[in-house]
Amino acid sequence: MEQRNLLKIVIAGALGLAFSGTALGHEEVGAAAGLLSGLHHPVSGWDHVLAMIAVGLWGAQLGPPALWVLPVAFPMVMALGGMLGLLGIPIPGVEIGIALSALVLGSMVLTECRPPLWIAGTLVGFFAVFHGHAHGTELPEGSSGLLYSVGFVAATGLLHGVGIAIGLIHRWNGGRQLIRIAGAFVAGSGIYFLWQTVS
Amino acid sequence: MNERRPQLPPPLRIPSKGRGHLWFVFLLPLATTQLNAHLVQTGFGTFYDGIAHLLITPSDLMVTVGLALLAGMQGKPSTRRVMIVLPAFWLAGGFLGMAVAPPPVADWIATLTVLSIGVLIAFDPRIPVWLTSALAILSGLLFGWVNGATMTPLGTDRLALVGAVSTVFVIVTLLSAMVVDLRPPWARIIVRVGGSWIAAISLLMLGWLAKGLMG
Repeated sequence: MEQRNLLKIVIAGALGLAFSGTALGHEEVGAAAGLLSGLHHPVSGWDHVLAMIAVGLWGAQLGPPALWVLPVAFPMVMALGGMLGLLGIPIPGVEIGIALSALVLGSMVLTECRPPLWIAGTLVGFFAVFHGHAHGTELPEGSSGLLYSVGFVAATGLLHGVGIAIGLIHRWNGGRQLIRIAGAFVAGSGIYFLWQTVS
Repeated sequence: MNERRPQLPPPLRIPSKGRGHLWFVFLLPLATTQLNAHLVQTGFGTFYDGIAHLLITPSDLMVTVGLALLAGMQGKPSTRRVMIVLPAFWLAGGFLGMAVAPPPVADWIATLTVLSIGVLIAFDPRIPVWLTSALAILSGLLFGWVNGATMTPLGTDRLALVGAVSTVFVIVTLLSAMVVDLRPPWARIIVRVGGSWIAAISLLMLGWLAKGLMG
C-alpha cells in the first residue's frame, strides 16, 4: 500500500514539474550569473592572479604612498581597458601584454626596484589596460553588466589585498627574502606565459 | 567502554494517514503562471518592499554608499548637507518618475555622476560644500526618478518610495558619520580604494551603455 502511494507521488510530481510555468522572480535576470562570472574571471587564469598579487607585493615593498596609489590606480585604468574591450576596440597583443605584466612586475619585486612613484604608477597602469581589455571582451552572454563589473573589480581589488597582506612580512629579513622569491616565481611564470602565447 | 553517543533527533516522518494526499503538493506547479514582479514582496507591506528594493538594487546602493563616503571624507558640513539633500531630492525625483518616465539620456548622466563621485573619493581633493550638494541633488533626482518610474507601473503606492528614501537616509547618515570620524590614515586609504572601485565600475557601465547604443 505504501509503495503504491509513493509511486503516485512520484508520478504526480513528475507531471507537475513537466507542465509548470516559468517563474521570473524579478527583473534582475542573470544578476547572480553576472556577479559570479565577474568574481570568477580575474581568478580564472594564473596570469591574472599572479600579476594582481605582484602589484600588491610591489606596493608593500615600496611602502606608502605607493602602497595605496597602485591599488587605487589599477582598477580605474583597468576599467578603461575593459571599456575598450566592451566596445570591441582591439588592442594589439593583449595576451602578450598580460604575460609581460607578470614578467615585469615579478622582476620589480625580485629586484626590489624603487623607481619614482609616477613611473611605478604608469607601469602598473599600462599593464592594467591589457588585463581590463581581456575582462571586457570575455564577458559571457546574458550576464548582468553592472554585477559583472562589481564582481571583477572586487575580485581584482581583493587580489591586490592578498598581495599587500603577504607583503606585510617585508618588515622581517626572512620575509623580505621570501617576497623576493615570490617575485622570482611570478617573473618565471611570466616567461612561461609569454612562451605559451608566442609559440 | 562507557562511550556516550550523541543523541540524534528522530527522523522526520509524515503520518501514514496524510501521505496519500501529498500528490496535491506536486500538482501545485501545474497552476503556476509567469511572474514578472519588479519589487520584492517582503510580505510586510509596500513600505518594506521599498526598503528591500533599494537594498537589492546595486546601482542605487552604489550611488548611496558613494555619496556617503564622499560626504564623510569632505567633513561635517558636507555630511550634514548630503544627509538631508540626497533623500529629499530622491523623494522629489520619485514623484517626478511617477508622472513622467525618465529619458534614456538619464542613464548616461546618472553613470557619469557616479563616476565623478568615485573619482572624487579616490583622489580625495578638498571640494566646496556646494559641489558635494550639487552631486547629491543630481544623484537624488536621477535615481529617484528611475525608482518612481519603475515602481508605478507595478501598482505600488507612494509608501514604497518613502521606504526606499528612508533607507537612503539611514545608509547616508550611518556611513557618512562613520567616515567623517575616521582618524587613522590607513582607514581613509581604504575609503579611497572603495572610491576607485566605484569609479572603475562606473567606467565599465559607460562601456555597457555605449555597447548598447552600438547594438
